[in-house]
Amino acid sequence: MHAPRAHAAGPLRLAVASGKGGAGKTTVSAALAAVWAEAVSRPVLAVDLDVEEPNLHLFLRPVIAASRRADLEIPVIDADACTRCGACREICQFGAVTILGDTPLVFDDMCHGCGVCLAVCPAGAMRPGSREVGRIEDGAAGAIGFVGGRLRVGEAMSPVLIRAVAAHVEALLADLPEADRPDVLLDSPPGVSCPAVNAVATADAILLVAEPTPFGVHDFALAVEAFSPLGKPLAVVVNKAGEPGEADEALDALCRREALPILAAIPDDRAIAEAYARGRLLPDVSSQYRALCRELARKAAALVREDRHA
Amino acid sequence: MREIVVLSGKGGAGKTSVTAAFAALAENKVVCDLDVDAPDLHILLDPKNTVAEEFLSGNLALVERTDCDGCGTCRDVCRFGAVTLGAGGKAVVDPRRCEGCKACVALCPRQAIAFPPRVCGYFARSETRFGPFVHARLDPGGENSGRLVALLKRNARELAEKEGHELILCDGAPGIACPVISSLSGATLAVLVTEPTPSGIHDLLRVAELCDHFRLPVGVIVNKADVNPEQADRLEAACAEKGRVVLGRLPYSPDVTRAMKARLTLPEYGGPLGEEIARLWEAANALAHACAKAR
Repeated sequence: MHAPRAHAAGPLRLAVASGKGGAGKTTVSAALAAVWAEAVSRPVLAVDLDVEEPNLHLFLRPVIAASRRADLEIPVIDADACTRCGACREICQFGAVTILGDTPLVFDDMCHGCGVCLAVCPAGAMRPGSREVGRIEDGAAGAIGFVGGRLRVGEAMSPVLIRAVAAHVEALLADLPEADRPDVLLDSPPGVSCPAVNAVATADAILLVAEPTPFGVHDFALAVEAFSPLGKPLAVVVNKAGEPGEADEALDALCRREALPILAAIPDDRAIAEAYARGRLLPDVSSQYRALCRELARKAAALVREDRHA
Repeated sequence: MREIVVLSGKGGAGKTSVTAAFAALAENKVVCDLDVDAPDLHILLDPKNTVAEEFLSGNLALVERTDCDGCGTCRDVCRFGAVTLGAGGKAVVDPRRCEGCKACVALCPRQAIAFPPRVCGYFARSETRFGPFVHARLDPGGENSGRLVALLKRNARELAEKEGHELILCDGAPGIACPVISSLSGATLAVLVTEPTPSGIHDLLRVAELCDHFRLPVGVIVNKADVNPEQADRLEAACAEKGRVVLGRLPYSPDVTRAMKARLTLPEYGGPLGEEIARLWEAANALAHACAKAR
């Protein structure tokens, strides 16, 4: 099987996601990053969008070349100019602005950065300030490019940072000559709510990592429900596949019903768990696993190409 | 009243299996699933007589197409990229992106945007073989998980007070942001389930730092300890150095998955793992009692 030429359609963006945490997103993302160039003959940029608990760097071990702060614009009130009219307090949907006694106050942590208070303040007493939501790091692990987001501990609004990291990646791609733009792997946060949905927003296709256990299948079904309406191609990697049982059949049946292709099945092998515990990459566990990862990379890339042709 | 929240930072470390086991062992409690995004505890607890209610939270911008003249103000003020000008040049709001901030509603020159309440999921109260169970589900792609977690905790406390339960046992969400922060408020003890892997340790440190930030005591369980025993030793030493209590270890065991497939908690499934988790529960419960007393 030959990987289709990529340049005609530009770099592909593949999100690796799952409903359940611990299903193997980072294992799969790191494995794909490691074999991407040899399997697909394309450069690759590995992006950690699991900003609450970023782990991809622990396996790829990139050298970080730059780190920048990511901020959310939040309001600052000029108490002298403020007339205490209360328009900001009334409009704020998040309880982030109030007047306590005679003091106008912004609860920085509650602010979603929507800017509506600035827009409605009749006295022009509010100006934009900022709150640090986390950091964005750039680096490389050999030929593998790396970008990662890291949420500030105590920050509640991870989607803000996820969007900032994704925008940073798009800006990086736009700065490169078209022929040099790498394919992008987006290691996404677990779950199916706003952080996960934000993380897959720029992806051309979504690779769902599913575990054939009752918890795994249940959360996989939630993920399919959440991601199907996005209209992107979905495909499945089964992780910890092994003991035949009820849940394996349930997973297969769900994939059949939703017409989701299963691109690979990674066995439930203690050797993989032990390698993971030592920070080793799946393709380095054995030649058999390296072949499996290459095949997965080729199939995942083909999924996007075929969708673009269709 | 004691309130124990089981967390891990990293997903898949074993939070739900541990919480379910504790639910089987603890007496006189309300069990609560705070992982509203991808709840799994009900799979083992088999809830019955469920009474569910819609979870309404915040509002959603909705353009009244007949009144919209396509001026684009709403699109320009939206910081979340939720508004586009669609067919006929009229504004369309993507509900998945709408944050419910009301900026477009307030600034639309023709007042053409409605702001109805938003259904974000449901919350429920059920009976289980281990007593009352409070749980919920956020709609896929949904928002406001922190508010739903706060609502569940309020429900669990009301129920505990009304029926005289002394313990609330909560299964938390992975990560360290919105729903996790919300799950810490008012808790007595956070039980942190980790594993001796690079990501398990990395994520444990971040969630432990979050607990420090909110001055919440923690007790650590090292799950799958034998996949890397040296790392497990170092992990425990690092906890001791910071004064964090280590409750104990659990081995990597296929029994966890077998019990799950049988829809049983570990003590019900039996075997050596059942005995080990019973010792961990005694340690966690004793620590929670001590923390409650210290308050």
